[in-house]
Amino acid sequence: MTTEPTTMAQSATLTRTQSAGRNWRDRFWQIVILAILMMAATVSLFPLYWLFVTAITPASSTVKLPPELIPANPTLENVVNLIRLSGTGGLRVLGLENVQMSRMLLWFINTLLLALVSTGIHVLFDTMAGYAFAKRKFPGSNVLFWMILAALMIPGQVTLVPLYLMITQFKLVNTFAGVLLPGLADVIGIFLLKQYIQTMPGELEEAARMDGASEWKTFTSVIVPLAAPAMAVTAIFAFQRYWNAFLWPLVILQNPDLFTLQVGLSYLYNSEFGTNYGFLMSGAALASIPMIIFFFAFQRYFMQGLRVGAVKG
Amino acid sequence: MRRIIRFWHRHKWSYFFIAPSMLLFFLFIGYPVLRAVVLAFQRVTLRSSEWVGLKNFADVFSSQLFLDAMWHTLIYAVFVVAAWILSSLAVAALLQPFNNKVQSLFRGAFYLPYVTSIIVISLVWIYIFQPDYGFLNWLLGLFGIPRVLWLQDPDIALWSLILSTILIVPGTGVVLYSASIGSIPRELYEAAEVEGANAVQKWWGITVPLLKPTTLYLMVIYTIAGFQVFERVYIMTGGGPINRTTTIVQLIYMTAFSDFNFGRASAQALVLFAIIAAFSFVQFRFLSTDVEY
Repeated sequence: MTTEPTTMAQSATLTRTQSAGRNWRDRFWQIVILAILMMAATVSLFPLYWLFVTAITPASSTVKLPPELIPANPTLENVVNLIRLSGTGGLRVLGLENVQMSRMLLWFINTLLLALVSTGIHVLFDTMAGYAFAKRKFPGSNVLFWMILAALMIPGQVTLVPLYLMITQFKLVNTFAGVLLPGLADVIGIFLLKQYIQTMPGELEEAARMDGASEWKTFTSVIVPLAAPAMAVTAIFAFQRYWNAFLWPLVILQNPDLFTLQVGLSYLYNSEFGTNYGFLMSGAALASIPMIIFFFAFQRYFMQGLRVGAVKG
Repeated sequence: MRRIIRFWHRHKWSYFFIAPSMLLFFLFIGYPVLRAVVLAFQRVTLRSSEWVGLKNFADVFSSQLFLDAMWHTLIYAVFVVAAWILSSLAVAALLQPFNNKVQSLFRGAFYLPYVTSIIVISLVWIYIFQPDYGFLNWLLGLFGIPRVLWLQDPDIALWSLILSTILIVPGTGVVLYSASIGSIPRELYEAAEVEGANAVQKWWGITVPLLKPTTLYLMVIYTIAGFQVFERVYIMTGGGPINRTTTIVQLIYMTAFSDFNFGRASAQALVLFAIIAAFSFVQFRFLSTDVEY
């Protein structure tokens, strides 16, 4: 699918030159349409705007009417309070248990580590499997691929309880491994990468083999560079999914030191700070700023990913 | 023996490449799916399990709470799917006359709310819905509309959840619809113009039918998402007041992790799966076309 300048735009230009009266009428309608679009965008973006405004509004002003649509006295007191009052805990990774820090920062680091490690492993494994399904003929490949497609249909709630029982049996409740492991099994990425690698020409691969490169070397030096765009799309959606994950970490993690940002936010909401909106919104802002920056940096890949139908929901 | 060795030499690398993904797949998707089916026919605690036949399913369907949850989920899904399809189609259509720069600016704007988590957005909505100093009651107050208990009134809370979902135009729909509209061949419109068709006729006669594959895809993924609504229910109402916003996934969560009734929770999850599969099937039957252009 392409996004060439569109039909209507072009025919509109044609008709517009026909008469001045027509021109003014088109202009008028264009402004009306633009106004409607701006209104829809304003409503859609209002919650995000309100989130950031409330985050920098003094707590006392968040419980007053009329609401301050533009903060009169912008402040960072909410963020400071959040970092001071969210409690302290030790980092539970890399043997750094004794490094005490604010829980808010702890949750940030936990989430970042989990998302990065998951995304990295995920993309590597998906690319390997996608390559095998796309380019290599081996017994069982059709059956396995159909099983993966069938699994796409099954909602995650079906495996929720069995996975919880498994993780309990493995004694991994309340550990990062327990959060991480089940999420690594994913089928959309394999599917996307298979589709993409299938369209790549086979000559380079053959040439590398002729030169005596090992299979692994062929994979890393030929397939991976060519599949990079599809890997980037997979990585971006995987990162977003892990960063925003809620239900599974909520079920597995009970120790607040181990929480991710999303679970931590829900914990804060159910704590004594549940009605301190400036406090809550500053936490929500900290949790969403990385994703927003991430989106603006990789917007192109987000849009591409949507178009290949890589995203479920 | 020789054949086995030859087979191994020919295919070992293929199996090496799929092994990590397949191990994870069988361990964390394949096995749990089968286990879910088994669990649904058992009475399960963390330590033991015993067969109980169809008791879990009988309990599920005879429970008023489950029927209520199904009804709430259905209402939520129907309204959200309809509103999302219509609003994203309308926005994509209105965007068409503008140049690429304006279009991608708007596409970005509509997609932005979807990169943040539902938890984050729901926390803002809790504040917006706050009865005494929330934004919404203040805004309505300007027009003389009295205070509404958005999330506390049992008759309103479900509608508030729906409202918070549909007021944000879905970025996926806008992006996909505007890509499809952009790829409809110009000649079709020109031919229609020669025949004397006006804008409305071109819209209903050409654009809408040719968008059917996109509509089908979006309908299926939005219906699936609608039936799986959980996070905003969990955080905004917790299923209350008096269970009037309990949805199926919220109920599964409560059954499994508050009541620790794992067998019944598995049965509920399988029923949800059946409902989603049935809806997807019906949508494919009625909407699939072999449009090629």
